[in-house]
Amino acid sequence: MFGKIIGWIDDRIPMTRVWNMHIAQYPAPKNFNFWYFFGSLAMLVLVNQILTGIWLTMNFVPSAEGAFASVEYIMRDVEYGWLLRYLHSTGASAFFIVVYMHMFRGMIYGSYQKPRELLWLFGMFIFLALMAEAFMGYLLPWGQMSFWGAQVIISLFGAIPVIGDDLTLWIRGDYVISGATLNRFFALHVIALPLVIVILVFLHIVALHEVGSNNPEGIEIKRKKGSVAEEDKPKFKFHEYYTNKKDIVDAIPFHPYYTVKDIVGVVGFLILFCWVVFFMPAMNGFFLEGPNFEAANPLKTPEHIFPVWYFTPFYAILRAIPDKLIGVAAMGASIVVLALLPWIDRGRVKSVRYRCGFHKWNIAGFVVTFVLLGWVGATPQTDMKTIISQICTVTYFMFFVLLFVYSKNEKTKPLPERLTK
Amino acid sequence: MSNAPVDNGRRRFLTIATSVVGGVGAAGAAVPFIASWNPSERAKSAGAPVEVDISKLEPGQLIRVEWRGKPVWVVSRTPKMLEQMKEHEGQLRDPQSQEPQQLESSTNDYRSLRPEIFLAVGICTHLGCSPGFLQGNFGEKVEGTDDGFYCPCHGSKFDMAGRVFQSVPAPLNLEIPPYTFLDDTTILVGEERGVA
Repeated sequence: MFGKIIGWIDDRIPMTRVWNMHIAQYPAPKNFNFWYFFGSLAMLVLVNQILTGIWLTMNFVPSAEGAFASVEYIMRDVEYGWLLRYLHSTGASAFFIVVYMHMFRGMIYGSYQKPRELLWLFGMFIFLALMAEAFMGYLLPWGQMSFWGAQVIISLFGAIPVIGDDLTLWIRGDYVISGATLNRFFALHVIALPLVIVILVFLHIVALHEVGSNNPEGIEIKRKKGSVAEEDKPKFKFHEYYTNKKDIVDAIPFHPYYTVKDIVGVVGFLILFCWVVFFMPAMNGFFLEGPNFEAANPLKTPEHIFPVWYFTPFYAILRAIPDKLIGVAAMGASIVVLALLPWIDRGRVKSVRYRCGFHKWNIAGFVVTFVLLGWVGATPQTDMKTIISQICTVTYFMFFVLLFVYSKNEKTKPLPERLTK
Repeated sequence: MSNAPVDNGRRRFLTIATSVVGGVGAAGAAVPFIASWNPSERAKSAGAPVEVDISKLEPGQLIRVEWRGKPVWVVSRTPKMLEQMKEHEGQLRDPQSQEPQQLESSTNDYRSLRPEIFLAVGICTHLGCSPGFLQGNFGEKVEGTDDGFYCPCHGSKFDMAGRVFQSVPAPLNLEIPPYTFLDDTTILVGEERGVA
């Protein structure tokens, strides 16, 4: 009976074929480590954001007069409103944590390298859309930090020569940030950008499954057709879409092996996530900033204003440069340069495990730079910190310059023939 | 394809023609969507001038009034402030106010209609924060100048005429709004009257 129903459906929509091709018979390298949790975790957080977001809109009032009070109302009077909001606000930070980990994984294992350039680009577009989504969402509670943070970020566009002023006016829809801005940000935050993100995630996965996953060793599991002896092939059934084109070694089906593994990651993640949601949702002002518990006041900027932590590394680059246009351009470049990584890295060896020692130091330096920039951008500016941020701005871009230079003729270690014997 | 009964030349022409016509249509259809983001008629008309009573303004004091949703500062400058403004002119980006951040009537050494009363839009020309008024303790930011404005967001510094100091992110002096003295103690912010 059950088989009959499946058959009936399969005659009308390729359900079983898609399930097999992308889940049950999808060949994944067998040596994934914990770094490979973060892709599925990002999807989990996306679902959390969409679900809690839909529920929050049921009580949120998107107007300059009503927004702040409606958030208070959600927190105090709506049943479990506090939980829905904290899940959403903590989810925003968690999203960036898992996405940064996911990107870092791609960097150390060279997952952006040929043939995964487009996969990396889709990822960067997701990152961009996510930044826009987070920024617009942060205006909605209409607190002091919402207002002045948005004021600063929208003013960034004002640095563009000639059209800058008209562009900021067009984005705001008013001469200052007002209810008009709030309303359009609400529309973009709840409809437009989530749609864009979901579509990009779909494309990201389609691109991933076409080229196949990279792995910590950075060698391909798909070999030339006919080059692998029968006894060296895995004993699993993989979809003929993959096996018709290539011989596959050292792979396991995504389901049940990695679905089960990812559940372990999900459990670990949820323990940490729920701990934050229930015990420290403001995360000492990092996830929810103090001034935002005060309603927006267009006449008074809070004494110290910072973006939420996930923007602070880029914000520190902006602040490091004492020139409006160059500062904004440098901040934009710091993101664009990440997207160009597949072309900046001219190496052919992917994983950090087999690359030169200098590459390891370069990556370590980049991590330190990124964390330092994040710290400087999240604390009040002093002369000392201005100098730190200027040094870090240089080292941030130096990572890419150095990589471009040494990756051309890099002394790498010999790659293994197989993932494991 | 080569043997298919297809007139490729005709097909190409039709494809291009349809694309062009469709593209023009799509561009036209985009106009209302883009234009609807511009300030609405209501937002445009909300810029009425505001009257400020300065009869209770003490020397050295600053009051904020809201004009078009922006903070406008009204400061009563003391003779000491006016004196010190001349001393740091070498450290300013635009000491002569050559950039059009003020009307003709305020393009002078004090950037104001009357030297002792100073008005400015309290929005930093860098990224739009509202700088704080450091009264008496501006010296820690700029030596030898006791009073000034300091933007908490990115550290831009302005003197008591809203003129920006060098080597800070803000590129321009603070904007001076149009205003009129209706009488000795009343200022109309947002409109300049009686200029011949």
